[in-house]
Amino acid sequence: MTHGSDVLVIGAGVIGAATAYFAARQGLSVTVLDKGLPASGTSSACEGNILVSDKELGPELELTRYSLGVWHHDLEEHKKLWEFDSKGGIIVASRESSLASLHRVMAVQKSYGVDVEELDQSALRDAEPHISPEALGGASYREDCQVQPMLVAAHLVRLATEAGARFIADCPVSGFLGSGPDGGRVTGVRTPRGDFPAGAVVNCTGTWAGELAAMAGVEVPVLPRRGFVIVTEPLPAMIRHKVYAAEYIDNVGSSDAGLQASPVVEGTPAGSILIGSSRERVGFDRTVSTAALGLLARNATALFPFLKDVKAIRHYHGFRPYCPDHLPVIGHDDRAPGLWHAAGHEGAGIGLSAGTGKLLAQALAGLTPDMDLSPFAPARFSAPGKHTPVHREEATA
Amino acid sequence: MSTVVTVDVAVVGAGPAGLAAAVAATETGARVAVVDAGNQPGGQFWRHAPETGNPGTADVQPHGHHGWSTYLDLRARFDAARSAGRITYLPGLQVWMAQHSGDAFVLRTTAAVASSGATPATVAADRLVLCPGGYDRQLPIPGWDLPGVMAAGGIQAFIKANGVLPGKRFVIAGTGPFLLPVAAGIAEAGGKVLAVLESSSPSAWLPHLRAAAGVPGKALEGMAYAAVFARHRIPYRTRNIVTEILGTDRAEGVRTARVDAAGRVRPGTARTYADVDVVGFGWGFTPQLELPVSLGVETRLDADGSLVGIVDERQQSSVPGLYLAGEVTGVGGATLAVLEGLAAGAAAARPESDVPVKQPAAIARHRRFAQAMHHAHPVPAAWQDWLSPDTTVCRCEEVTAGEITEARDQLGARDIRSLKSFTRAGMGWCQGRVCGFASACLSAGPGQMPDAGSLASSAKRPLAAPVGIGELAAQDG
Repeated sequence: MTHGSDVLVIGAGVIGAATAYFAARQGLSVTVLDKGLPASGTSSACEGNILVSDKELGPELELTRYSLGVWHHDLEEHKKLWEFDSKGGIIVASRESSLASLHRVMAVQKSYGVDVEELDQSALRDAEPHISPEALGGASYREDCQVQPMLVAAHLVRLATEAGARFIADCPVSGFLGSGPDGGRVTGVRTPRGDFPAGAVVNCTGTWAGELAAMAGVEVPVLPRRGFVIVTEPLPAMIRHKVYAAEYIDNVGSSDAGLQASPVVEGTPAGSILIGSSRERVGFDRTVSTAALGLLARNATALFPFLKDVKAIRHYHGFRPYCPDHLPVIGHDDRAPGLWHAAGHEGAGIGLSAGTGKLLAQALAGLTPDMDLSPFAPARFSAPGKHTPVHREEATA
Repeated sequence: MSTVVTVDVAVVGAGPAGLAAAVAATETGARVAVVDAGNQPGGQFWRHAPETGNPGTADVQPHGHHGWSTYLDLRARFDAARSAGRITYLPGLQVWMAQHSGDAFVLRTTAAVASSGATPATVAADRLVLCPGGYDRQLPIPGWDLPGVMAAGGIQAFIKANGVLPGKRFVIAGTGPFLLPVAAGIAEAGGKVLAVLESSSPSAWLPHLRAAAGVPGKALEGMAYAAVFARHRIPYRTRNIVTEILGTDRAEGVRTARVDAAGRVRPGTARTYADVDVVGFGWGFTPQLELPVSLGVETRLDADGSLVGIVDERQQSSVPGLYLAGEVTGVGGATLAVLEGLAAGAAAARPESDVPVKQPAAIARHRRFAQAMHHAHPVPAAWQDWLSPDTTVCRCEEVTAGEITEARDQLGARDIRSLKSFTRAGMGWCQGRVCGFASACLSAGPGQMPDAGSLASSAKRPLAAPVGIGELAAQDG
């Protein structure tokens, strides 16, 4: 490879695909490499959530709302390609105590401009007729949406190539050009298929981002958090929204290593119902956990009792890429000039991909991004300097 | 939690391989549990009407069964072991998950049919013999989703189970010797077989005569079918295929054509058969690989293009303590399945001993014959040309050939995994059991057959059978 690109994106998951798409639309010359095919990692093992309802206040909520705007405006013309569905989300409380917490959360969210509406018991039943009689009330989030994430990644890669980018599948990165033990600017990547020089290299490798960063001598603590999802037989539409239990919000922000699961139950255009989703920190263990499946099933039937008699036909699991502070890593890595990261979006990567890609493309093009990226700065995990050890307590907690 | 049955050897399946494995294991001294989806032993091959009395009696004796005396022998030994309390028989159950933890295999089961009333049990065993058999391999063509189109094996099972025919006037098409007993069975039961269309040519057998000569019983079977064909005047047309099923609400006729050695249609050879009730297709069999794959068994591509489990001379897979017998080690018919089952059962009962494999030469001979059969009756390389863009490939999710080739060419879905993600082919109720092979061919490209990796990904079904959410909710560890 003699001819270099302005931008080389590693990883054709949803984050890499969005970054490539917006970078190509900025007029940059872009090459995308993936060790396999588009959407073969976490993007293909999730639920396709674009959620506002579960976000922590602060930079995460700000990025979420920015990203939602990108989905609705910049990507509006392509919505049908990836089955964009503004179905809305409903959080259900089944205990007085969780209902009270939900009301507190809603009040704060409202003050930050989130579109949330309280549902009393009868309004909840109108919205979800098959909800458990024990449900006391809920909150409706009209901004919550869903996409088919594999189609998002595959079409964004295709659209990027139509805008001039080049995509190379089955091309794993084995090292970086320019970055030696003594440091130096990252000027491209090495692969078994040759060297790819580039002005900027963007690490969009999700759960593998830490491994990639280590090759350039920097530490980016992205860790896997396993989740199982159960898929039912196709049914007539019984569940209209994304329905979560009030405990879901607590689990998302938790760093507990043990098995947790709060029900997230929703229908799909194909008629199957998705029952998610567990959270466990067990590394990349792919062993099927009957304990996780049992917990998901119990939680889901508590929310929708009719599910007890419905057949599960499949389950899948994926590894959410998460950082210890539950914020993604987005932007230039000052410790390794020339290297950029966009990874660690945990369970929100699909929703945040559009905004992440657009903001990163602006920064790569030398523009001031629409939103301040400093809360997501890669170097926040260590002082500048390549060999500073980073505490990995989270990995062993 | 359901009851737990703890044994030395668990056997999944009670067809020719499973029945033989159970009998051999118990006669070698093991305590055995047999889990089977059927309500009585026999599997697909020895499927028969619901037993009211002794299986040896005339009211049970089914139509056109080969090796029925073998069945009666195995069945008598099976029943004796059951009476002696050495076999726990768990009929009407499907394994939805097999796990290997520490030294034990654990099988979690669910009722095969909700109405069967079978109570799910969990089976824990030191060794496991998987004999799940196979099912008809299907190739989509225009009109194949019309009512009246059946798998050849489905027609045979229908006759065996019900003693009546699913229609009156039949066309049977595909490739391989299995078309013969299906057509003969229809004719003997009083149906009219308008034609048997074999895509391959008789000369395809010439290079394999030595292997065929090693199994003289097969030649006798073939001669018996020839006699039935002559008696009922069934035309047997080689190098012929069905190109389209005609009809609006159900199959009413077929269009056929001659093909060359690669399966390409020869122009000007189209012919129409009108007034057809049932069209039966047999394109070989797909072994049921989900349980072996879920337990991490190493697999290979067999001569017929199917994914099969690798076993050693004692039928042990790459996973210690896990044995495979029957079609999962390579499609080879009931006689071979029984031989493999006997070897696997004995080995699983005494894994440390040097008990010699029973009849190793016979197993080798039948395997050679099966390989010769596969080489002589391949899935035609050009079969994808028979599709039109609007031909449904995945019936559960209604995905057409055009949608699949578009995902392959525009979105880079060059393996079955991405193809499923992008089109939903194989994501419905049957989880790709029907369309998996065809979809894998299409994702590989025109004229291509899927590689082992693609088929392994297609065979990966984290739930080996549908299971109730309520049953999952009862799992706590």
